[in-house]
Amino acid sequence: MKRVRLKEFFGFWFLRACFGTVVLALCVILCDIIVKGHGRISWEFLTTAPKNGMTEGGIFPAIAGTFLVTLITAVLAVPLGMGCAIYLNEYATDTILNRAIRMSIRNLSGVPSIVYGLFGVILFVQMMKFGTCVLSAGLTLGMMTLPWTITSSEEALKNVPKSYRDGSLALGATKWQTIKTNVLPYAVPGMLTGTILGLSRAAGETAPILFTGAAFFLPHTPGSVFDQFMALPYHLYIMSTQHHAITKVRPIAYGTALTLIALIFLINLSAVIMRYHLRKLKTE
Amino acid sequence: MENCKIIAQDFNFYYGATKVLKNITMRIPENKVTGIIGPSGCGKSTFLRSINRMNDTIVGARGEGRIVLDGRNIYDQDIDVVDIRRKVGMVFQKSNPFPKSIFDNVAYGLRINGEKDKYRIEEAVAKSLKDAALWDEVKDRLHKNAFELSGGQQQRLCIARALAVQPEVLLMDEPASALDPTATLKIEELMQELKKQYTIIIVTHNMQQAARISDFTAFFMLGELVEFDMTTTLFTKPSKKITEDYITGRFG
Repeated sequence: MKRVRLKEFFGFWFLRACFGTVVLALCVILCDIIVKGHGRISWEFLTTAPKNGMTEGGIFPAIAGTFLVTLITAVLAVPLGMGCAIYLNEYATDTILNRAIRMSIRNLSGVPSIVYGLFGVILFVQMMKFGTCVLSAGLTLGMMTLPWTITSSEEALKNVPKSYRDGSLALGATKWQTIKTNVLPYAVPGMLTGTILGLSRAAGETAPILFTGAAFFLPHTPGSVFDQFMALPYHLYIMSTQHHAITKVRPIAYGTALTLIALIFLINLSAVIMRYHLRKLKTE
Repeated sequence: MENCKIIAQDFNFYYGATKVLKNITMRIPENKVTGIIGPSGCGKSTFLRSINRMNDTIVGARGEGRIVLDGRNIYDQDIDVVDIRRKVGMVFQKSNPFPKSIFDNVAYGLRINGEKDKYRIEEAVAKSLKDAALWDEVKDRLHKNAFELSGGQQQRLCIARALAVQPEVLLMDEPASALDPTATLKIEELMQELKKQYTIIIVTHNMQQAARISDFTAFFMLGELVEFDMTTTLFTKPSKKITEDYITGRFG
C-alpha cells in the first residue's frame, strides 16, 4: 500500500514539474518581451513610419502590411478550407484515394513554411506574374494555412453527433438540408476557432513572405495588392539580425515583438469571443 | 389478415460481405402495432432501418429483394429516399433531440419540407405535442432548450417531431430501452393511441413489452424471420420449438 502511495506521490510531482517548466519558459519569454518592449510602445510608435534608417520612428507600415496580408490569407483560406472540410467529412466516401488525399492534407500542415515560400515564388510571383506583392504573399500564406483550416474544420464537423444527422434524415431532409440546418450550426463555432488560430499563425510567419512580397523598408503602406509591403515578423527579423546598428535598434525590435504578440493575442481572443457568442446563440 | 401496409418479399441485407437478413418475407398490417423481438444481433434493428432506408447511411450496406410500401418497392431505382422517409417516420433507441428549443425540434421537419407559414407551423407543433402526450408538460416553455427535458420527455419529443411531418408509418427502435418504468408506461399508452392513425413497427428487447403492446409479433433469429403471428398466438401457442424456447426464457 505504501509503495502505491509513494508512486502516486512521484507521479503527481513529475506531472506538476512538467507543467511548471512549461509555464516558467513561457513566462520568461513573455516577461522579457514585455519588460523590454513596453517602454517603446506609444501612439507615435504605432502610427508612424520608421525614420532615419529605421533607427527611429514607428512601425505603422509593418502593422498595416501584416493586417492586409492576413486579410488576403483569410479570404483564401476560410471559405476554401471550410468547403473542403465539409466535402471531406460529409460527402467523400471512404476510398483509398480519399484516404490518401486526407493523409496528404494532414502531412501538408507539417511542411516547413519556407517550402511554401518557395512554392509561392514559383506559382504566384513568377508563373502568375503577380510579382512580389501583398497578393502573392497573402495567397502563399493562404496555401500554408489551408491544411490547418481543413483539418481543424473537419474535426469540428466530426464532433457533431451522428444522431443529429440521422434524426434529420429520418424526417425526410435531404443531405444538404441536414448539413445546412443540423450540422453546420453546431460545427461552425469550432470551425471558426480552428480557422482563426490558423490565421494567427499565418500572421506571425516570416519565411513564406520573405520571397513573395515583404520589403526591407517602405516609408508608406501599400496602395494596392500589387505593391510590396512591410510586415511585423519580417521587420522584427531585420531589426534583430540585419540592421546596421543592431544594438541601437534593439528597443524597436522589442517593441515590434510586443506589438506582434499583442496582435496575435487579439486575433486568438476574438476567436474565443466569437465561439462563445455563437455557442450561446445556438443553444438558446 | 387485415390490410397490409408493408410487404417484405425475399428481402436480404448485407453489411459488406456479411449477410445479416435472410429472405425476410413478412406482411405488416395497417393501423396495428407490430412488435419485432429476438436476441441481440438477430437483425431486428437492421430490418426496421431497412423500411425507411436509414441503412443507406452506413458505408457498404446493401439491400436486395423487395420491401413494398403501399404497392411500391422502396428499393426500386427510381425511388426518392426523401419521400420514403417522410412517409415512414422513425424514433431512435437513444432519444436524439436536436440542440434547439422544444418548438424548433418539432417544427424542424415542417420547415425542411418547405412550410413557411408561421401560424400553420405553430398549429402543427401544438397538435404533434398533444398527440405525443407532451403538450401539458411543455406548453409553458416551448422556447426552452430541449435538453432540459427528462429522458422520457425527450423521447416523447422525438415522437412528436416524427409525427409533425404526418408520416403513415412509425418505426420505433427500442424507444423505451433507456427509460424508467413510468416513462416506459407512458410511451406504451401513447402507442395504443397512435396506432389508430399510424402503422407502428416496434423493435423491442423486452418480451413482456411486446406481449403488452403489439397486435402482431415477429420473432427474428440469426437474420431469419422464425415466426410471425398474432401476438396472442405467438406467445401462447408458438408453432416452432425455438420460438417457445425464446419466449419462455430458455435462451436469449
